[in-house]
Amino acid sequence: MVRERETPKQQQQVSYTVEQLVAVNPYNPDILPDLENYVNEQVSSQTYSLDANLCLLRLYQFEPERMSTQIVARILVKALMAMPAPDFSLCLFLIPERVQMEEQFKTLIVLSHYLETGRFRQFWDEAAKNRHIVEAVPGFEQAIQTYAIHVLSLTYQKIPRPVLAEAINIEGLSLDKFLEHQVANSGWILEKGHGRGQLIVLPRNEFNHPELKKSAADSVPLEHITRIFPILG
Amino acid sequence: MATTYDYEEAHATYDEGRHQDLGYDPNFVPDSVKSFVVHLYRHIREKNVYEIHQMYEISFQTLSDRHFKDTPWPSVDAVAHYVDNDQVFCLLYREMWFRHLYARLSPTLKQRIDSWDNYCSLFQVVLHRVVNMQLPNQWLWDMVDEFVYQFQSFCQYRAKMKNKTEQEIALLRQYDQAWNVYGVLNYLQAFVEKSNIIQILEQEKEGLEQFTATDGYDYSGGSNVLKVLGYFSMVGLLRVHCLLGDYQTGLKCLLPIDISQQGVYTSVIGSHIATVYHYGFANLMLRRYVEAIREFNKMLLYIYKTKQFHQKSPQYEQILKKNEQMYALLAICLSLCPQVKLVDETVNSQLREKYGEKMARMQRYDDEAFVIYDELFSYACPKFITPSAPSFEEPLVNYNQDAYRLQLKLFLYEVKQQQLLSGVRTFLKVYSTISLGKLANYMEVDEPTLRTILLTYKHKTHAVDSDGKIISNADVDFYIDDDMIHVVESKPVKRYGDYFLRQIVKLEGVINDMDRIKL
Repeated sequence: MVRERETPKQQQQVSYTVEQLVAVNPYNPDILPDLENYVNEQVSSQTYSLDANLCLLRLYQFEPERMSTQIVARILVKALMAMPAPDFSLCLFLIPERVQMEEQFKTLIVLSHYLETGRFRQFWDEAAKNRHIVEAVPGFEQAIQTYAIHVLSLTYQKIPRPVLAEAINIEGLSLDKFLEHQVANSGWILEKGHGRGQLIVLPRNEFNHPELKKSAADSVPLEHITRIFPILG
Repeated sequence: MATTYDYEEAHATYDEGRHQDLGYDPNFVPDSVKSFVVHLYRHIREKNVYEIHQMYEISFQTLSDRHFKDTPWPSVDAVAHYVDNDQVFCLLYREMWFRHLYARLSPTLKQRIDSWDNYCSLFQVVLHRVVNMQLPNQWLWDMVDEFVYQFQSFCQYRAKMKNKTEQEIALLRQYDQAWNVYGVLNYLQAFVEKSNIIQILEQEKEGLEQFTATDGYDYSGGSNVLKVLGYFSMVGLLRVHCLLGDYQTGLKCLLPIDISQQGVYTSVIGSHIATVYHYGFANLMLRRYVEAIREFNKMLLYIYKTKQFHQKSPQYEQILKKNEQMYALLAICLSLCPQVKLVDETVNSQLREKYGEKMARMQRYDDEAFVIYDELFSYACPKFITPSAPSFEEPLVNYNQDAYRLQLKLFLYEVKQQQLLSGVRTFLKVYSTISLGKLANYMEVDEPTLRTILLTYKHKTHAVDSDGKIISNADVDFYIDDDMIHVVESKPVKRYGDYFLRQIVKLEGVINDMDRIKL
């Protein structure tokens, strides 16, 4: 199926159709071109559908001669952006090893490795060396920063400014601006450290404040109560 | 890669000794077989599920042992006139015929292709005509199970291109649709859709429909065949997707079945095991270790308690094998995520007996430990397949190990990413607070490196579940305040709510019993 360029409004309709196609027809080789277009659309419109992308990788797996490595690379960059979800591994499981040997994929695998092991300094250095891969996908930097903040929030109640700066790769005035924004919008608090610069208090969650978890564990889900409704009635 | 277990062991015998007993006469029908088909045919027409089940499970095995230990059953043409040449019965007979052949002999390529054709004909009938039969769940499960097995077996066979004869290659080219991956998936998917099983299970939750309560049987004169095939096809899809390395999609296919409850999938031991084995494996690959541990534990405990009832079953060997494999997978899960308190005492003592020593070595994360991870994974993983057809032009190469090697490599990669975590865990367990500097010192790394290790620990122990929610798999957890680590030992949560709910129901039962007693 060949699609002409469409107006944004129509594009939305197309994306709806592709999701539907995948749901109704997950094992149909004919939807391959639609899925490829859909990957490009996800890149340009900064949206994401793991299911559609896995469906495409599956079709490539069934008919390797139809594989476009350029599309695969885009899917992988998108999957990196979905961290902390394991999407990147999910995609790799479906990509033949000989394809993974290509230079661009090796780079992406290294980038994923740094993210998986919390080595943000190395990650940003490596990403800077490979701008052509990651800059092809809008929103990349921001998505990784979101992931970094996610894992930092699991770990820290209070984090020293330089540690945060390194993880999200923002420094100096830009960092001040960024912090200002987070203080205003996400409940961050800035504190003076013990004479060694700034400390940032990250929002409380059950992972950096374990005492918050208990209240959830004590509750009984409604569907368990419904089981004794006949008795109570 | 050093693997003690030969991944291909089970299939190695397939290609040898293809010559079948020369004394076999496909047209000779012993009297006992005549009587078998006549009775089975009658019971099927009369929808006598109990008798069908007896004949299918017991008589078929007994006759196979007595007459067809190493030859096929009589050809379908030789028995057809005893059963009014009934088309559906003949298709069912051939399905069993091939299943017996696969189990006891080595199928030739032609036979593999014929078996595929037979499945196509049988499935077309079930999907597109009204089938007025009631078949035992065991049989319907075996059909789905065998269909997927023969697909997997075909892919493995086709991938060994090196020793193919010219004739075989010609056949492979000619019948390129046989066991085609699209065909296999679409048949399973068609069963799921045509049977409306997902809607049936939904409506059952609202009390509008009965399915689980009757084990899928239809007691109002209808047929259970399409519905139950649709149900088991969801397990079939999970399995095929696991064989392809697509764990996410596999789990998605199983979503309509609530695995925390009993269901039709637990009514047949083979289906119960296949479901939990693949569900657990997929969760292991998705790093949802707690979920995998929980389900493996339940299944292993169940097998432990009920094993003796299956001793005579034709599936007994298979049950024991999957049992061992699940212990190996449990050993892997617990090494990566030491949540031993989730494991029942009985299962735990079995596990220690089988893998205690290996698990201790796996904790060390040295080269030897990786060898053990490799060994256990290779022994216990599904038989991964490459679904695409070979290229016939290039010099012929074997690619039957490619899929397995890729999954193994990616799994070991994950293990390596986690190798420093067990060290952190050991220290966290003995401190309630410790400064970053001190811990870095103990672990012989610098402070920035320690911070990355701690981030890794957090990331790897907090999985994302199917709804995108973060779930903690951590046995020991911590948080950092500036440069001080505070350790939180997770205590087993006592579920008082559940306890009281159970007691309320129990009390109600006792009161009811007492009311019924008339003095």
